[in-house]
Amino acid sequence: MNLTLRIWRQSGPADKGRMVTYQVEDVSPDMSFLEMLDVLNERLILAGEEPVAFDHDCREGICGMCGLMINGNAHGPQRGTTACQLHMRQFKDGDTIDIEPWRARAFPVIKDLVVNRNAFDKIIAAGGYITAPTGSAPEAHSVPVAKANADAAFESAACIGCGACVAACPNGSGMLFTAAKVTQLGLLPQGQPERYTRVIGMLDAHDEAGFGGCTNAGECTAVCPKGIPLSTIGRLNRDYLAATTTKRPDSPTA
Amino acid sequence: MAVTGIFLVFFLIAHMLGNLKVFAGDSSFNGYAHWLRDVGKPLLPGVWFLWFMRIGLVVAAVGHIWAATVLALRARAARPVRYAHRKKVRGSYAARTMRWGGVIILFFVIYHLLDLTTGHLNPVGDPSRPYANVVATFAPDRWYVTLFYTLAVVTLGFHLRHGVFSALRSLGQQTPRGEQRAKAVALVFSVALVAGYLVVPFAVLTGLVS
Repeated sequence: MNLTLRIWRQSGPADKGRMVTYQVEDVSPDMSFLEMLDVLNERLILAGEEPVAFDHDCREGICGMCGLMINGNAHGPQRGTTACQLHMRQFKDGDTIDIEPWRARAFPVIKDLVVNRNAFDKIIAAGGYITAPTGSAPEAHSVPVAKANADAAFESAACIGCGACVAACPNGSGMLFTAAKVTQLGLLPQGQPERYTRVIGMLDAHDEAGFGGCTNAGECTAVCPKGIPLSTIGRLNRDYLAATTTKRPDSPTA
Repeated sequence: MAVTGIFLVFFLIAHMLGNLKVFAGDSSFNGYAHWLRDVGKPLLPGVWFLWFMRIGLVVAAVGHIWAATVLALRARAARPVRYAHRKKVRGSYAARTMRWGGVIILFFVIYHLLDLTTGHLNPVGDPSRPYANVVATFAPDRWYVTLFYTLAVVTLGFHLRHGVFSALRSLGQQTPRGEQRAKAVALVFSVALVAGYLVVPFAVLTGLVS
């Protein structure tokens, strides 16, 4: 396959950035999308040019490191997969492919296609944890969890924090990411002590990081490589309503 | 957004049911319109009830627009650099058209008030004869009025298709099965409301109401 790539090039955070066109020849349909970029980078390095910087790590869809806007789709045209799991057979010979970084104020571009997702860490630090004694793992049966809750919590725990939800959101909102963590911890007994301080803390951190507000548009869940359901946002809303309308001994004072 | 929206939805239901009185004939429709001015008598003097409702509606509409503006401004600020290539919609079409749909509905409401409440843009424009005003405004030779009305009502349908679901979600609807139900309710409600509003102009257009 021969492809035309239009890639966002930006030498650093201060650079304005621009789309640059590259030709890539002899791409195998069995290559992954990132392998195709590796081929391009090898050629650029041999020619003495600056290779395209992009994030990647496990290349098997579980680490959440990779993230590219491919033809306007977060992680590319295939649903339920990360960019590293996307194969070139999803494209046709002669295609032009636009590759851009995640676009959000809270995710500033570091270089080319690499963005800083530190804002997600701040949201997690504001409540995405439980207080529990560390040490050896406790006996799993000592705390009963209803099967339905365990399943829903596990579904939300599958979030890899890649940021595709933010990239696809018309409002640039990080609500699906925040809601996934609130849902996961809020459904388990271990998450109950901090349940209502968590939702307020995480939402404040979310808003402070410069993410937009949620309008339930559903673009996030459509591109989520882990299929985190939109209903998690309802759980977040309900916890938030409960946290802000009922006075509790541990309610944060505004 | 959700609370003001729900208040406006209740108004839309009442307004649609009132409109359907047009099929009961001239005197029934006019009688209903005059009754609206007298609700609450003798507890409330004259048109007080009507003005309570009008003030409530304006507060809800302004609150709704204010909340939408805040969200839109936050959305703009959250993405300072736009995408060069952007897929239009992978989620819901209705959700993606909420803002412009809302603007279209606002313009329509302004026109609609000037047409059928104050009568300034109505060929008859007689506040004491609402039935005649309705028949005159949707007359076949004023097809463009009916066209605009139809477009606005269909836009409203899309607005409610997402709005009703989104309001339920904002107020804490939280299970995947409940989401299916909320979406179904929103769709059926929107279609019913659009149909209820559109039968009136098309009844006038086809001569069923004259």
